[in-house]
Amino acid sequence: MSESYLALRERLESRDRGLRDKVMSLSEAVGLVKDGDQVALGGNTFSRTPFALVWETVRQKRKDLQIVRNITSSEGDMLLAGGCTCHYTTSWFSQGIIWGVSRVMRHFTESGAVRYDEWSHMSIGMMFRAGALGLPFMPTRVMMGSDMARLLENEIKEMTCPFTGDKLALLPALNPDVAFIHVQRADPYGNAQYDGLPFMDADVAMAADKVILTTEQIISNDQIRRAPDQTKIPFFCVEAVVEVPYGSAPHECSGMYEPFYGHMDQYAKLTRERGIDGAMEYLEKSVYAPDSWDDYLDLIGVHDLMKATKAGRRMYSD
Amino acid sequence: MTEPATETDYSTAELLSVMSSRILEDGKVLFAGVGIPLLAATVAQRMHAPHLTILFEGGVIGPFIEPGKLPPSTNEARTARRANMVPSPTDVLALLQRGYVDYGFMGGAQVDQYGNLNSSFIGDPAKPKVRLPGSGGGNDIASLAKMIVAMPHEKKRFVEKVDFVTSPGYLDGGTTRDDSGLTTGSMHKVITNLCIMDFDEESKRMRLEALHPGVKVEDVLENTGFEPVIPEKIETTEPPTEEELNILNELDPERMYL
Repeated sequence: MSESYLALRERLESRDRGLRDKVMSLSEAVGLVKDGDQVALGGNTFSRTPFALVWETVRQKRKDLQIVRNITSSEGDMLLAGGCTCHYTTSWFSQGIIWGVSRVMRHFTESGAVRYDEWSHMSIGMMFRAGALGLPFMPTRVMMGSDMARLLENEIKEMTCPFTGDKLALLPALNPDVAFIHVQRADPYGNAQYDGLPFMDADVAMAADKVILTTEQIISNDQIRRAPDQTKIPFFCVEAVVEVPYGSAPHECSGMYEPFYGHMDQYAKLTRERGIDGAMEYLEKSVYAPDSWDDYLDLIGVHDLMKATKAGRRMYSD
Repeated sequence: MTEPATETDYSTAELLSVMSSRILEDGKVLFAGVGIPLLAATVAQRMHAPHLTILFEGGVIGPFIEPGKLPPSTNEARTARRANMVPSPTDVLALLQRGYVDYGFMGGAQVDQYGNLNSSFIGDPAKPKVRLPGSGGGNDIASLAKMIVAMPHEKKRFVEKVDFVTSPGYLDGGTTRDDSGLTTGSMHKVITNLCIMDFDEESKRMRLEALHPGVKVEDVLENTGFEPVIPEKIETTEPPTEEELNILNELDPERMYL
């Protein structure tokens, strides 16, 4: 058996996987992340982003992280501008189509300061799935013939299927050291339930060595047991549970709040006009200066918060 | 059928949306990007293809797009409104491999004579002038579906060879796409504000199929960075009708994409 597979299993064996209380503070939870770790982020673009965890990671000035996310929005700008990462793996990187190309991403990747490995959206999903299944790779029918595959020649292998003779692209498993995931509700043990678009979170959680969970609300284990069919991440994947209402702000959390569009427009304007300097100003004012996540929300302001909340709740109430 | 609108009555985005909508057949399944692809698919549903199913790569099967509330991305809660199912992005994109998806519908920064699309780099990838956001699901969709590309017709976008193949068309033409392992999916049509193009069966080079009303072959050649195949017989498209334009205006009253 390969050493990497045995090591993967050993890392799980070394963790206490019992049904125990894992509730802690945001800063304690991010304290579990080591410099150089590969960190996978749940959600997608500006939806159910573990933004509070990213925010705290930037505050704690983690270094040399390797970040993986299917589609990256402004949380990627935070990690780049905060000097937390040397290597980004994603399929798309900018706050969102309507705001144009991220100048922060351009600043760090065009110079080669930060490596940006571009995979297709499904490829990222298949690599997490391989990791979740405990397999070394996933055969797929994408990426072949493209220049993305050429730039990733050390990562992608081609094979001829031994059954059919089809040419296939083999994508290596992703087993990140840590996954950051934000959900609508979880119990103190880490049983997590989320609503709306599921994204890749279930595979990401199962692929990672450990999950750090933020949740809009902590519910009891009894409530979980009343609807176990709704549980998407089981407790033994999870190493930390942090209750963070509005933990995806300024991004959205389905059924609870829409994106804080006003705040995201402001951030886009700041970086569109002043590039990396604009991003640094945002970090100074909104990430380093506040004493707590609540103080960050206070900076965004109750008017934006109410607007996002009303729109988010209204979306499925008709 | 209502009266045809005159040329000055519609914008480029409206023209692209209407022309694209007419290609989409009833009962088919397509991946749509937001913007023109989504508008075109919704017009098709209202006009002639009520059983056309839209997919979004964020993980959505058959949503109901509410007029005036177009989603700003393919990956967030607004896209999931009144959907039939919300699987993971991995699973919705895997429908391409299984064969459930007929069309892919997107734009790109550049397209070349073989229909290859670039949404990754402007300039040399090793030292780019601009690092663009990237593939998203573009590569997945172009690898496995029948592709419709809608883009404004500009010389800098229609280039002989793209700086980077993000989403594969016919690669270097001929059989090269097949040889690379991409044995399904194809480049179907390119819709621009000047014309509709398809691809030559042998060489796989882009070919002029139909001109929009009032457009001449020279206009196409002047705005294309390579020589497309010009067949002897070239069709002329019917201009957008009032009915089609009214649907677009109802869908996007704030003109987010129009």
